[in-house]
Amino acid sequence: MAIEDDVLVVGGGIAGATAALAALETDPDARVRLVTHRQSTLRHASGLIDVLGYTPAGEGPLADPFDALEALPTGHPYERVGTDAVREALAFFDRVVDGAYEGGHTDRNALVPTYGGTVKPTARYPASTAPGLASDTRETLLVGFETLPDFDAPLAARHLEAAGVPFDARGVTLSFPGIRRDDAKITRYAHLLDRDEVVDADSGERSARDALAASVDTHLEDESRVGFPAILGDDRVETVREELAEALGVDVFEVPMGPPSLPGMRLEGLLYDALEDAGVRLTSGVPVVDYETTAETAGGTTDRIDHVVVDRNGAEVPHRADQYVLATGGLVGKGVDSNRERVYEPIFDCHVSHPADRYDWFVDDVFGDQPYARFGLEVDRDLRPLAADGVPEFSNLSAAGAVLGGYDFAAEKSGSGVSLATGYVAGTRAAEVGGR
Amino acid sequence: MATDTDVLVLGGGSTGCGIARDLAMRGLEVTLVERGNLTDGTTGRMHGLLHSGGRYAVSDRASATECIEENEILREIAGHCVEMTGGLFVQRPEDSDEYFREKLEGCRACDIPARVLSGREAREREPYLASDIERAISVPDGAVDPFRLCVANAIDAENHGARIETHAEVIDLLREGEDVYGVRVRHDSGPGKRVHQSPGSTEAITAEYVVNATGAWAGQIGAMADLDVAVRPSKGVMTIMNVRQVDTVINRCRPKGDADIIVPHETTAILGTTDEEVTDPDDYPEAEWEVDMMIDTLSDLVPILEDARTIRSFWGVRPLYEPPETGTRDPTDITRDFFLIDHEDRDGVTGVSSIVGGKFTTYRAMAEEISDHVCEKLGVTAHCSTADRPLPGSENIAALEEGMDRFGLRSPVARRSTKRLGSRSREVLETDDPNPVICACEGVTRAEVRDAVSQSGSDLNAVRIRTRASMGNCQGGFCCVGMANELHPDHDEATARAALDELFQERWKGQRHALWGEQLSQAMLNYALHATTMNRDYDPARSEADRDVRPGAIGSGSTAADLEYDAFDQGDR
Repeated sequence: MAIEDDVLVVGGGIAGATAALAALETDPDARVRLVTHRQSTLRHASGLIDVLGYTPAGEGPLADPFDALEALPTGHPYERVGTDAVREALAFFDRVVDGAYEGGHTDRNALVPTYGGTVKPTARYPASTAPGLASDTRETLLVGFETLPDFDAPLAARHLEAAGVPFDARGVTLSFPGIRRDDAKITRYAHLLDRDEVVDADSGERSARDALAASVDTHLEDESRVGFPAILGDDRVETVREELAEALGVDVFEVPMGPPSLPGMRLEGLLYDALEDAGVRLTSGVPVVDYETTAETAGGTTDRIDHVVVDRNGAEVPHRADQYVLATGGLVGKGVDSNRERVYEPIFDCHVSHPADRYDWFVDDVFGDQPYARFGLEVDRDLRPLAADGVPEFSNLSAAGAVLGGYDFAAEKSGSGVSLATGYVAGTRAAEVGGR
Repeated sequence: MATDTDVLVLGGGSTGCGIARDLAMRGLEVTLVERGNLTDGTTGRMHGLLHSGGRYAVSDRASATECIEENEILREIAGHCVEMTGGLFVQRPEDSDEYFREKLEGCRACDIPARVLSGREAREREPYLASDIERAISVPDGAVDPFRLCVANAIDAENHGARIETHAEVIDLLREGEDVYGVRVRHDSGPGKRVHQSPGSTEAITAEYVVNATGAWAGQIGAMADLDVAVRPSKGVMTIMNVRQVDTVINRCRPKGDADIIVPHETTAILGTTDEEVTDPDDYPEAEWEVDMMIDTLSDLVPILEDARTIRSFWGVRPLYEPPETGTRDPTDITRDFFLIDHEDRDGVTGVSSIVGGKFTTYRAMAEEISDHVCEKLGVTAHCSTADRPLPGSENIAALEEGMDRFGLRSPVARRSTKRLGSRSREVLETDDPNPVICACEGVTRAEVRDAVSQSGSDLNAVRIRTRASMGNCQGGFCCVGMANELHPDHDEATARAALDELFQERWKGQRHALWGEQLSQAMLNYALHATTMNRDYDPARSEADRDVRPGAIGSGSTAADLEYDAFDQGDR
């Protein structure tokens, strides 16, 4: 006996969630399960949806990523799925997040200010980031807080000017009303604003949003938009932002931050809400530790996965599905792992191509062309992982997202886009070929 | 002829800084020049062992005796740089009983407190020791922070009027006839505290006396004045673990060999080392097999090392020296004693001596001897007082434990900060401004970073060695932006950016030797954070001139000048 599904997705990041959702959209009657182990890497990510900012040859930033997508080399995940699939996946994402993200009105990339003060190209950005676009010519005030040392607003403003943005930028550093501890967690700032707690401000007790607006207001000059680090609430970020905007009489936006990243966690929340609404069966916090195969009846050399084994507090629980999607992430998410001898995919031990010598995994320049950044699975056009001999590892396993190799998402700024496109294709295909 | 300074010390390692402090305390006018940061050479690349002398108790009892004496002095004068972990010489079944006995006798003969522990007792003290460790000798080994100690010497020298000039490379030794009278240095960014991107200059510095304390580089310096100093550089690898698998220094009790010591150091444990002669102290292979050997061999003593996380590896170069015609082939056999070469006695060239060989634990005693020599040359009668006077930060170390929460920091952070700063804690940490943690791995706060910046300018590597910020698990991936932010607004945006780039690249350098498992995962995360989230690899603010990122790339991104902002999405309003 095993727990039975039609499609079983392993991994709960953008790729896995998209695959599960796409499978259900393709076949609303399918039984789709998503198994996750660790927290996804979204809390480390900016929450932006990058599709392609730079070509592998380093050309960019690309104003229009779609021309460049056509020219990507063989084996790149986008080449595997094709440009149309990227468009479909983005449209799918826009439906799923339902207005929480912008950028879908044009094929063009946006340039978004980063918390370090440079700008980066991206295809979709949270609504809370939208008024901050770097191509927008309005004068900008950046507000940092003395207890949040990662974002130095005056320095970021100078950096933006050095990056040639078409507007004047100025930064101020304030103390955050109601935060007493020097090392309060990011979530504390967000909850304070979400709940609009009463805080002790210079002007006496008042609500957190009021107090924050009042402290910014005295520093506002001619600027028509104000940028904050991405801490403006969690569940109610739009309400917080609107209230601040109203009180200040200017647009308010968030600058995406490093970990722990609220925009990344909000995106995770959106995706999990969608999974729940769609009726995906969720099994969280458990690792897939093993699998069993049956010989392919069609007579080929490729095996078929019969079931996987999930470890639940030491109990081994078999899960059987017709189709499996591997979306366990890359080196960061541990979908690709390594030891001193080799690089490997830890669940199915699918082939990961890499130099035999560990000292050929890197180059000396930290931002050089890093071989390790491309580690991952090679796949066919159905996204089935390929063994070293080019034959699919399993007939009913496809892979999506950062577990795929052959691209450097950090250099290209293509991580979320690849996860969306390959997750969408893998999920759709799994539902289409899944025989019931 | 008037000279710029009485004594010119070349080299900002432990020896040079020790000499500078010693002579300055004796009332001499001292200038120290160092090519890079303080500790850039050998001092900053050691495993941080404060020798009890046990290591030399069989082969070299004179050194062993000197070590235990200096060990006790450093505990007194540099308490905030020392952690008395204690040490064990552990015996495996294949290690000889005879050597074990010789080690014990040697320790006792040298007045090194030593006690034999059974295997069980040793494992009670260090639970991760291999189950087949038969017995151990306990000795007062310790861990010392070479950065903090060296910097404290330099600061104290400055407090006594010395000029300490880092990032000042000696490009010529000034010699007239048979007299050396100074040097010419090239300042990386002008004299004084280092500032990135400011133009450099050269300067001639004249002195009554020059001390060449450049260690493995002493031969190169000597050659500038046609003096032959036949130093034999020998490299050794150190591998850093992400946690302290042991809280005691673990030595293998057998004749010295490769990979035989583990030193717990702050939040880490350091595995060491190899010993291999090299021709150029600036250019030698950093080989994969050396790292593997550290892990494989030391796993015989502490088996969990096999699967533990390493965060980086680094190599140091010993300044080995032996008098001409000794003819030792194996560098491990070359003495660790130091030699003072008076070039007047040896070569008939006045005004200069070279100091070579030696070891970190006895740096102060070495400095004392050299300073005696210099004073004799200059007819100065002042006596050495470095053994009796605490280094800055180490005065009244008892005050350290009191009131850890006094500075509004959470207890573990306060404990570590006050340990690092010692008696300077109040001066540095007592601030009315918010004092958030900048480096979470090592618990380093803004006040400490700012204090270090005030000492060293925009050089974030100098901030790093003073504070340990960026030296933990993330290797700077998360905290180096916050460190660079502290440079602004005293330093401008371009300066802060250059300093950040330099630190991030430096932190990458050592991680390359630890790129598997957890640390490869961390490296990818750091790369993603800096390249994806911040786009630092294609930052349009970079000028064409410093566009060395993505060197292999054809396009290498747009610069601020040619980036057409209006070609991009303007928003949907």
